[in-house]
Amino acid sequence: MSKITLKVNGSTHTVDVEPATPLLYILRNDIGLQGPRFGCGLGQCGACTVIINGTAIRSCVTPVSSVKSEITTLEGLSKQGRLHPLQQAWIDEQVPQCGFCQNGQIMTAKAMLDKIPNPTDAQIRETMNATLCRCMTYYRVQAAIKRAAKIIAEGRSKKGVAA
Amino acid sequence: MKIFSGVPKHVEEILTTNRRSFLKSAGVLVVTFGVESGTLLTEVNAQTSNAVTYPDPDFRQLDSWIVIHENNTATFYVGKTDCGQGTGTGFRQLMSDELDIAYEQTTCIMGSTDNTVDQGGSGGSTAMERDSWSMRRAAAEARRVLLEMGSVRLGVPVDQLAVSNAVITVKGDASKRITYGELIAGKKFNVALTGANANAVTGVAKTKPVQELKYTGQSPPRYDIPAKVDGSLKWAVDVKLPGMVHARNVKPPFAGAKLTGIDESSVRNIPGFVKVVSKGNYVAVVCEREEQAINAAKQLKTTWEKPATAPFPPSEDLFKYMRTATPTSASRPIVTGNPDTAFSGAAKVIEVEYEVPFQGHTAISGAHATADPSNGQMTIYSNDMKSYGMRNGVATFLGMPREKVRVVWMEGPQGYGRTAADDAGCEAAWIAREIGRPVRMQWMRNEETAWDTKGPAFLVKVRGGLDSEGRLVAYDYSARACDYNHVGYNEPDTVLIAQFMGSRRANPAAGGSATPSEMYVIPNRRMLGEVVSLPLVWETPLRTGNLRDPNGPQSTFAAESFIDELAAAAKTDPLEFRMKMLQAATNDDNGFKRARSIAALKAVAEAYGWDARPSPKPPGNGNILTGRGIAYSFRGQSVVAQIAEVEVNRQTGHVWAKRLVCAYDCGLVVNPQNLRRTAECAMLHGLSRALYEEVQFDSEKVTSVDWMSHPTLRHADAPERIDVLLVNGDPNPNRPDLPPYGGGEAALKPMLAAIANAIYDATGIRIRRVPFRDARVLAALRTAKA
Repeated sequence: MSKITLKVNGSTHTVDVEPATPLLYILRNDIGLQGPRFGCGLGQCGACTVIINGTAIRSCVTPVSSVKSEITTLEGLSKQGRLHPLQQAWIDEQVPQCGFCQNGQIMTAKAMLDKIPNPTDAQIRETMNATLCRCMTYYRVQAAIKRAAKIIAEGRSKKGVAA
Repeated sequence: MKIFSGVPKHVEEILTTNRRSFLKSAGVLVVTFGVESGTLLTEVNAQTSNAVTYPDPDFRQLDSWIVIHENNTATFYVGKTDCGQGTGTGFRQLMSDELDIAYEQTTCIMGSTDNTVDQGGSGGSTAMERDSWSMRRAAAEARRVLLEMGSVRLGVPVDQLAVSNAVITVKGDASKRITYGELIAGKKFNVALTGANANAVTGVAKTKPVQELKYTGQSPPRYDIPAKVDGSLKWAVDVKLPGMVHARNVKPPFAGAKLTGIDESSVRNIPGFVKVVSKGNYVAVVCEREEQAINAAKQLKTTWEKPATAPFPPSEDLFKYMRTATPTSASRPIVTGNPDTAFSGAAKVIEVEYEVPFQGHTAISGAHATADPSNGQMTIYSNDMKSYGMRNGVATFLGMPREKVRVVWMEGPQGYGRTAADDAGCEAAWIAREIGRPVRMQWMRNEETAWDTKGPAFLVKVRGGLDSEGRLVAYDYSARACDYNHVGYNEPDTVLIAQFMGSRRANPAAGGSATPSEMYVIPNRRMLGEVVSLPLVWETPLRTGNLRDPNGPQSTFAAESFIDELAAAAKTDPLEFRMKMLQAATNDDNGFKRARSIAALKAVAEAYGWDARPSPKPPGNGNILTGRGIAYSFRGQSVVAQIAEVEVNRQTGHVWAKRLVCAYDCGLVVNPQNLRRTAECAMLHGLSRALYEEVQFDSEKVTSVDWMSHPTLRHADAPERIDVLLVNGDPNPNRPDLPPYGGGEAALKPMLAAIANAIYDATGIRIRRVPFRDARVLAALRTAKA
């Protein structure tokens, strides 16, 4: 066991765990952030996705000791009580069926939009392709990503005008 | 913007004393979600173990269904669970309408055994079609009783009262008013209902005609979605109890293996190790922390003896095996006319076979449950879609009095039948009792994919005879389903842990097969559905259970592919071929399935822009071949017609469904947006089963263990466009008694055939074996070319 300090969604947490423990179990069981979920434990499905350094990371195969930067989880997307445009788009499009995988869908989309604000259909399909949904909400997830990209772009241009 | 608080209302109510004392039951529990301060939900009045009982809410009491609060809001308690189709929103719409309360002033609580009446949970797409009626009747009765109370308070007869948004006013004098909340204010109705069971229950009041329903037919957004996207919802996997430990199973490495030894010393060095628990061939490890349990399950040394004979043939020999196996079912064909004579007089006879392999549920996460054994009771937090069945199953399995067991239903990964045959609940409960501590059990990916319940494999032989005019005059359909010992209702003697512990039911479930569902007029037909068994019946990973319309997609793949083959042989447009057979008679059933079938096919063809011509298309020149296919079926009274447009890559064999169109007639539509979303996803579930899904195995074990070896549809496969048309083909579409029919499953049913027919249209290649993975399509293209 060793003491490991993590910064998650703006807060700092110190845990005393085996360094090889996958980050997922620390987030869920020690820090109480249960947005990321266990789907496969193999990095194949994306249900456990978090964002570190702007990249969507599979926390189920990421040793906690390897994490050196701040972690953002689904719970950290909303700011000052305001949903992230992706979350709002998910509600507006009524995306989820069961919703269990949607952490992975939203977090993977967030990392993508931060890098590619206006992705093409091909870029969305490619970037999202390893994020699985067994209720098969893919069509609606893609619609919500496009909706969110538009909302974010409008927000930017408004800010531009104001400035 | 409000950030939603997330702890499900029904769980909160269960864990606080309000509802319990209201219904006069009891409980002891401290539950936390998360570990940070402030998330401690509640500490319930601890009682002695003798006092803890969980009686059933009485379905004949209005109070079990509806509570009106002082602030003029209402809570609806229903005995259903939601697999992700938003049924709770639909129940609220229907009940709000009958009660005459604003939808926004209501909440819905579902599926926990000591809190809501037993309506059986989910299954069979019955939520709206069957189970919503008693909810509506209860709400109508509550309205009637409230009006009577209002009449006394306001001093005028009921017929001089009006009610809107839970406010009763005197007609012509709106200043004389009283709210539902003021009338009853959290107190009991104490009104008895009648009826033999929860679904037959009724009061005196009548339900409203369709035309008077205000919220029904609208699309309020699903109330469960916000907390699912902001991360605040607490799911069954999120439950934490003080002193809780984590368990993981150790499955036999071979099907039918006998446990011969456990070396506990192989895991004692793991920090947090608690115990190895085992009985018969069941083995699990328990540790303080989750990752410790995962490691211990991997590390535990166990020895097993292989069975004397192979449990099953390898997957590549499955259909050969099924062809020659002796059916376990009686052969009772349904015969109309004289098929043998008709075949001998037919101008053209076609005979082919179709094959659908075992396909897994492969839920996005493994089976899971958390069990609390404190104070002589047992509480199971579970996503079991039939939570009431689980309660009974666990009580019997553990030999506990039923009233000492309850199941708290919480959200989980999609049900679709898997959680009606849930395994983790009994496992968590058994281990919890063994060690005397709360236990959280979760299956790993390889375990879930290999050992979950499977949709049965189907081998279907079909023969058709066309006359010289190209009309289908003789038809012989014979299906074999590998479905013996089908499990799926939380039976305590067939749940996997019971099997591992040696339970053997004397008469295993017969299983089911299926014959086509359509309204075609075929003068001479024979239809037979048989069941066969694999050699190994118990303790096998190839066990079948209900998978979203359990036999429908398989039988419809065969039946509707074959109709297309006949149309091609008759050189007739496949839509026209179907229409002629539907229009060849005018008789109909009491749900007007013939009229509605015709309407659905017309609607889907028009929406797609169907050009009438025989299939296949004249061969194209490019690398990408395009084609369209149509298929139709019904499930219960729901009619569905679908068209798929595909692109087939000649170089790779890859199939992309570019466009999908669905005409869906579910009778009265409660929430159009929810129904469209459900249909979209059901269609893609069908597409996934058409293109990718197959359980593979060798003669010892299932070798499909993850998302590589049991592939699924992915984002890249999503169609460019999906259209779902909600059709009402009822001859009297505005009738006041138009009923709702099931919406959850039927839209999956024809998709496999629609894709196969589209591939044929594009390429002239008929693929009769599911799934249509690239290699299979490419091989077929090459064979055809050679």
